[in-house]
Amino acid sequence: MSRLRTAALVGNPNAGKSALFNALTGARQKIANYPGVTVERKAGRLILPSGEPVELTDLPGSYGLHATSPDEEVTARVILGQYPGETMPEVLVVVLDASNLEQHLVFAQEIIALGRPTVVALNMVDLAERDGLVLDPAALEQALGVPVIPTVAVRRRGLDALAAAIASAEARAARDPGDHHRPSTDLTERRVTAQAIARAAIVSETRQHRLHARIDRVLLHPWLGPVILFALLFVVFQAVFAGATPFADGLEAAAGGLHDAVQGAMAPGLVRDLITEGVIAGVGSVVVFLPQIVILFFFILAMEASGYMARAAFLMDRMMAGVGLSGRSFIPLLSSFACAIPGIMATRSITDPKDRLTTILIAPMMTCSARLPVYAVIIAAFIPNRAVGLGIGLQGLVLFALYVAGVVGAMAVALLLRRSVTKGAASGFIMELPKYQMPRAKDLFIGLFQRAWIFLRRAGTIIFTVTVVLWLLLNFPRAQDGQDQVDASIAGQIANGLAVVVEPIGFNRDMALALIPAMAAREVAVSSLATTYAVAAADDEAGAQQLGAQLKAHWTLPMALAFLAWFVFAPQCMSTIAVTRRETNGWLWPSFMLAYLFGLAYLAAGITFWAATAAGL
Amino acid sequence: MTLDLLPIGQDARIVAVDWAALVAEEAQRLQALGLDAGARVSVAHRGVFAGRDPLAITVGRMTVALRRVHARAMQVEPV
Repeated sequence: MSRLRTAALVGNPNAGKSALFNALTGARQKIANYPGVTVERKAGRLILPSGEPVELTDLPGSYGLHATSPDEEVTARVILGQYPGETMPEVLVVVLDASNLEQHLVFAQEIIALGRPTVVALNMVDLAERDGLVLDPAALEQALGVPVIPTVAVRRRGLDALAAAIASAEARAARDPGDHHRPSTDLTERRVTAQAIARAAIVSETRQHRLHARIDRVLLHPWLGPVILFALLFVVFQAVFAGATPFADGLEAAAGGLHDAVQGAMAPGLVRDLITEGVIAGVGSVVVFLPQIVILFFFILAMEASGYMARAAFLMDRMMAGVGLSGRSFIPLLSSFACAIPGIMATRSITDPKDRLTTILIAPMMTCSARLPVYAVIIAAFIPNRAVGLGIGLQGLVLFALYVAGVVGAMAVALLLRRSVTKGAASGFIMELPKYQMPRAKDLFIGLFQRAWIFLRRAGTIIFTVTVVLWLLLNFPRAQDGQDQVDASIAGQIANGLAVVVEPIGFNRDMALALIPAMAAREVAVSSLATTYAVAAADDEAGAQQLGAQLKAHWTLPMALAFLAWFVFAPQCMSTIAVTRRETNGWLWPSFMLAYLFGLAYLAAGITFWAATAAGL
Repeated sequence: MTLDLLPIGQDARIVAVDWAALVAEEAQRLQALGLDAGARVSVAHRGVFAGRDPLAITVGRMTVALRRVHARAMQVEPV
């Protein structure tokens, strides 16, 4: 048989499915969306002991076939073969958390009762043992009637046995299509059975003080918990700004070296200028922010993998309730600090529709990583790099203030929305707090690699295209003698028109010019400034100066601050608008989002500019 | 006594749940997490600052966060 067989991992959330999936498929993964919805579809290739490949999918965590959220609905429909365009998985691999059998066996019974080829992975047996719980897999196998394989995904234990069981589950199914085990449709009945099976499978149980309970006593402490959370968030942002500098400097030097090499190797002319001023200056100025984006995602992934993210949601629930949301909104909003698109997609776990809509509408105000390049360049150019005490730098402090401004703005808007357009009953908050786990380096690495790849692909496609188009618009038509090239160009003329609108908030022509291509992606603002000043500087004897120096020469401090304030609120990203349209099924809410965010951005930039000017900055 | 009034660390059993007092999806979610009549529970943590909301409930080997409004619908008896 040469056809690709299929298998799927199913189980409750927090069963360790993703770690098991990573361990089984390694880096051979493909992440896409299920057609029509934005639930993430993770598929990879598992090699059986016979050398045959199996396409393995990691289905979204679910508590049962009766769905209460869009995620769970995908899982149920894929399992039952009712999802259009998805083949029904031949083998179902039920993943159980060994230390929480009473709970996880409830869903497992439902799957096994389908009578399809099924294998049970008794996962995280090491953590169960750490908690003083010894299990008998044979007894469990007896009770469930399907093979049970103890696994420790993070230590690669039991993986070969699991692969072998998947292979033979298929063979057995071919001979004997499942017939036994009539499903019990009653939840209470399944729960009672689950408890009985779990009790029978437990060999010994010592009442140890569980580690996670002790950690929670500190991290969920009514006063200490929030202090620790905010301290952690501050460390994250400080690390993003300070920790990335050496790497960013290295990349910048490499881009500079490439620029000089091309400059030396090619004859002067428009083609050479396109490569140096357009491609290298533009794309290069965005790629240098890769280290910062990797550091930010590192913290977000580590918080998720360790189980702390759910605690953060718990700690934030009270505050979110104050603006009519719940702690559940905290996770999408925190993800939006990396990028609003996965953030908006993550709102699918919010069951209340009005709650979800509000979260979607405020998500773009969380400072995404695409804004980081803009902030970083402006801050580095205009804010002196000096300490303000306690090891805190002024630059880091300004960056932190920008993040806080976005959060405060988002909370204020949420409060208003929940009293007007998304008015409704107060939403609830129900969420499992998973056990703490040491994040595994390989899982973090896979996650970081995927995020970095997405960023670089954007740099290579959208940003590359926009930069080249902008360069062309900046260079044609050519300037007459004595005329400024930027003023003469098509782009310059468009920007001069736009500048009339943004002049009252302190923006000059170059800033207006940067706003247009930034609609494709915010970080393009940096590359377009770089390209604009590179084109302008081509006439000068000085040649291509550093972007920071160029900004200082052309902008005042109030202008720079107004530009920062603009980017806190402005919805400068087509992809976010597109994903909002898809998630809200129409143009109403994306239009509303565009209007109110541009309004806010205009106000914020204006107030900042005039306040800073009045203060004599 | 209702679950929201249970002192921290006190073991109890849920004797009855007023499902009608809760939103249908939330009721279903609570049931899926094992919060149903007969379950052994205790309050592990209470919310931030003076709000005392939400609650972290230990049920079986799990910790589940929920709001006071949910806990108020659950009648418990200490064991």
